[in-house]
Amino acid sequence: MSDLIKKSAAELGSLISQGQVSSREVTQAHLDQIAATDPTINAFLFIDNEGALAQADLADRTKGEGKSPLHGVPLALKDVLTQKGVPTTCGSKILEGWRPPYDSTVVTRLKDSGVIILGKTNMDEFAMGSSTENSAFGPTRNPWDTERIPGGSGGGSAAALAAFQAPLAIGTDTGGSIRQPAAVTGTVGVKPTYGGVSRYGLVAFSSSLDQAGPCARTVLDTALLHQVIAGYDPKDATSINAAVPDVVAAAQRSDVKGMKIGVVKELSGDGYEKGVADRFAESLAILESQGAEIIEVSCPNFKYALGAYYLIAPSEASSNLARFDAMRYGLRVGDDGSRSAEEVMSLTRAAGFGAEVKRRIILGTYALSAGYYEAFYGSAQKVRTLITRDFAAAYQKVDVLVSPTTPTVAFKIGAKSDDPVSMYLSDVATIPVNLAGVASMSLPAGLSEGLPVGFQIIAPAMKDDRLYQVGGALERELHRQWNGPLTHQIPELQVR
Amino acid sequence: MASNSRISREEVARIAALARISLGEQELNHLAGQIDGILDAVAVVQEAAGAAVPAMSHPLEITNVTRPDVILPSLTPDQALSGAPASEDSRFRVPQILGEEA
Amino acid sequence: MALSYEEVVAKYEPSLGLEVHVELNTETKMFCGCATTFGAAPNTQTCPVCLGMPGALPFVNEKAIESTIRIGLALNCAITPISRFARKNYFYPDMPKNFQISQYDEPICTNGYLDVDVETDEGLQTFRIEIERVHMEEDTGKSLHVGGATGRIHGAEYSLLDYNRAGIPLVEIVTKVVSGTGKYAPEVAKAYVKELRDILRALGVSDVKMEQGSLRCDANVSLAPIGSGKLGTRSETKNVNSLRSVERAVRGEMIRHAGLLEKGERVIQETRHFQEDSGTTRSGRSKEQAEDYRYFPEPDLTPVAPDAGWIEKLRSQLPEKPSMRRARLQTLWQVPDKEMAAMVNAGAVDLVEETVALGADPTKARGWWLGEISRLANEAEVELININISPKDVARIVELITAGELTDKLARQVVAAVIAGEGDPDTVISTKGIKVVSDESALIAAIERAIAEQPETADKVRNGHLPAAGALIGAVMKETKGQADAARVRELLLGLLGQA
Repeated sequence: MSDLIKKSAAELGSLISQGQVSSREVTQAHLDQIAATDPTINAFLFIDNEGALAQADLADRTKGEGKSPLHGVPLALKDVLTQKGVPTTCGSKILEGWRPPYDSTVVTRLKDSGVIILGKTNMDEFAMGSSTENSAFGPTRNPWDTERIPGGSGGGSAAALAAFQAPLAIGTDTGGSIRQPAAVTGTVGVKPTYGGVSRYGLVAFSSSLDQAGPCARTVLDTALLHQVIAGYDPKDATSINAAVPDVVAAAQRSDVKGMKIGVVKELSGDGYEKGVADRFAESLAILESQGAEIIEVSCPNFKYALGAYYLIAPSEASSNLARFDAMRYGLRVGDDGSRSAEEVMSLTRAAGFGAEVKRRIILGTYALSAGYYEAFYGSAQKVRTLITRDFAAAYQKVDVLVSPTTPTVAFKIGAKSDDPVSMYLSDVATIPVNLAGVASMSLPAGLSEGLPVGFQIIAPAMKDDRLYQVGGALERELHRQWNGPLTHQIPELQVR
Repeated sequence: MASNSRISREEVARIAALARISLGEQELNHLAGQIDGILDAVAVVQEAAGAAVPAMSHPLEITNVTRPDVILPSLTPDQALSGAPASEDSRFRVPQILGEEA
Repeated sequence: MALSYEEVVAKYEPSLGLEVHVELNTETKMFCGCATTFGAAPNTQTCPVCLGMPGALPFVNEKAIESTIRIGLALNCAITPISRFARKNYFYPDMPKNFQISQYDEPICTNGYLDVDVETDEGLQTFRIEIERVHMEEDTGKSLHVGGATGRIHGAEYSLLDYNRAGIPLVEIVTKVVSGTGKYAPEVAKAYVKELRDILRALGVSDVKMEQGSLRCDANVSLAPIGSGKLGTRSETKNVNSLRSVERAVRGEMIRHAGLLEKGERVIQETRHFQEDSGTTRSGRSKEQAEDYRYFPEPDLTPVAPDAGWIEKLRSQLPEKPSMRRARLQTLWQVPDKEMAAMVNAGAVDLVEETVALGADPTKARGWWLGEISRLANEAEVELININISPKDVARIVELITAGELTDKLARQVVAAVIAGEGDPDTVISTKGIKVVSDESALIAAIERAIAEQPETADKVRNGHLPAAGALIGAVMKETKGQADAARVRELLLGLLGQA
């Protein structure tokens, strides 16, 4: 039973469709693992025992010809996506107890493919953060070392994978919130091209940057999940109206012979730990040995990326989060009959939002306000154009760009909590991707002093398949060296 | 706070009111200092782009995405009100509103 | 002591700015597929999008874009090649997202104009109102204020929100500053809104009922001493719910501003609310601290870039401009300018045209609409378009008069009864038994009885004193319960008395 949880999603899907194991067995095994490990890890905010088993039974009844390769396979869903009738908190007190009356498109597609949603995973409040320490419901712990962060904002989903609580997960990525957790937990995470996956039902943080994406322990599993959730949605005006690139074929083929791979000069150097730089260099050597050509490219405007991001994202967030006002749903504080609506709004938002969210709302409100728009938000949007041009120029010379995903391995819980700017630096390599809307993957490159290091691949918009092509090739060699996925080296969990 | 700070405490208080978040004294002071630090870090964008560079508000260069004028199912009132902190007669109940309707 | 209007315009020059909001008559809302039918039970036409639920996304209605472009074309505007939606951020419980999706510095239509005719001392004068912009936005929900006096917001204990109307498509039409109207500012404002309403109705984009709120007007007024070359401080007046109120509000504000300026006081830049009963305005929100709406381009929607060929097609399919139509009808009916202007002013042109289309003689149709029916409308303080009698009814009445089945006097009774809701003309006639006494022998019999009962009066008539006939005619009318044709009675009477 316990080895079911170590299998890949592809394997599980195959066993289920062949009738060798039932979805219920698989689902129960994972629910058991969650029950055993989550008191320590705290990856889940809501475990849908009843709902998941009901979904599993349905999957068992309906399996067979023409079903998705992931039919009957369980998954952990980041708590920022709506699932009808199931609590959705976005890691915030202001939505504690809210059960949406509608499914996000991602959830609809998962259900239509027979995927079993085990529950909702922990996250930095409203996706703002790089460590999951900003959750109103306690931090999630990194299964590799429970004193360390699992990354953020999607630390819960990544930790769930690394702790074998689920073989699949959905995250969302605005400035690195899928990729950075993937890097520090030794898992795979992809931010699709902006518009590749529907945002309908994805509680908005920064609308022009947010993207939901697939997460798993292997490149192929990630591709299979990518295929299920991606594609045009007539409810999302920003979704791409074109066929999804064949990511599964790319993952299976994964041949890099003749490909040109660009190393971004600016995403290296000071601030990047030695272990991180070494694992990165070794991965490059592998790709070269597999027939790729490694070329150095420069993206000079990347140095403005962090500044632009920390103006654009809070600005959009300040507007997106205005709806949390105690009037129609969520928390209401101070309504004792003597207070006005305006006062109740202010008290509720003060009580319901955490420090990071307040910080970003104030920052964003300021950046948009009269007299400051041009200097801040306006300038930041110009930087986006420059960064997009940098990418375009680079892609004239190479097929994909690569870099370490993050400058460091997982830091200790509490190490950066009172230094917002230092926390923001975790995202320096991932942020340019979101600003330009291109596609990106992080996959494990190895360990540095016992902690995972991530390798980031960046593909041009709508060329998501290249991520899987390159990632699959690198993974093939690394898995050969490791004799399986990196997560199989994870130390025995010290259950609290 | 330093006299060369980018944003004053009063300004932060004004912004917090605009954003409908009531802040206590200590919180206000702490926040003002942190925001000041962040503004320092992000001000670099001003040197990046001259007037000639167009602003990008969207990664996708698509236009004219519209939907036909066709009715789609609505929620039932029960569903619409399902999360309401207070309701009465199928309507959302809110405390007395001080401001004028726009 | 308050200045009279004449005194005000002798010293001061008004400037106007008119903002009109139009509710479009699309099937669905601006950004979601909820229905728009009026009067539905609360919160039955809502969805995650128009409720502003977490995760919901807007999706723009193509028909709303088309209607807005058509409005812009009818107002001679330029259609912006690429326009964007923008978020207007402020907190208010009737606005679910606490921002309104609108347009800011890239509206879809700009720089148009509308010519309106106003009767002045020098005759009919044309004023060109320049249009700054036409743009799209969404409407808010509706609040019921409970516990205070008369359901008003002040002093209410709490409010109840219905979001059925949240997200209804609105088009906002904003004029540039309108100067040079002098004392005719109130009439010009009214004529502008009326002409705009006629155009919108002809386009078929809205049912433009001011009383129901599908056409809303905010009037901005400022005064400056004549010849100063400056603009005064303006006030904005809302809650202007009829054409008559537009005129009264502008006039009232001009008088109020002048009153302040005469005392050396300052006009405060603020929003005021028009009060129907007094014709004056009440202070609302102070606009001195301009709200900081923190506009930025709406990231959830794509820019609107209408195809040039499509725009030309829409332009070619525009209905006849009301002004062109009026010119055509004036020529067709051979009506002098002053009378045409009176018809336009009374809102009678469409009604007359429809009546004529149903077979009535133009002169008679005009006579009824501008005469008796207008009189009754004014008495009831109702606009002609809203009065409870239709062109079909009027055409029928004219038909009956021509056929001799009704006299003018009887017809007026029928008109009054139809307006009172007693049914259509034929129903009223049969219910009340209205019938012209056309049987001549019966008439003659009645006349002879009257002569017999008033021999001295009859003698006076025989002797050439014709006015005396009135008493005899009166007696006959009384006997026939008013259903005789008085003119015919007179004819017969005079004949009998040798005065034919």
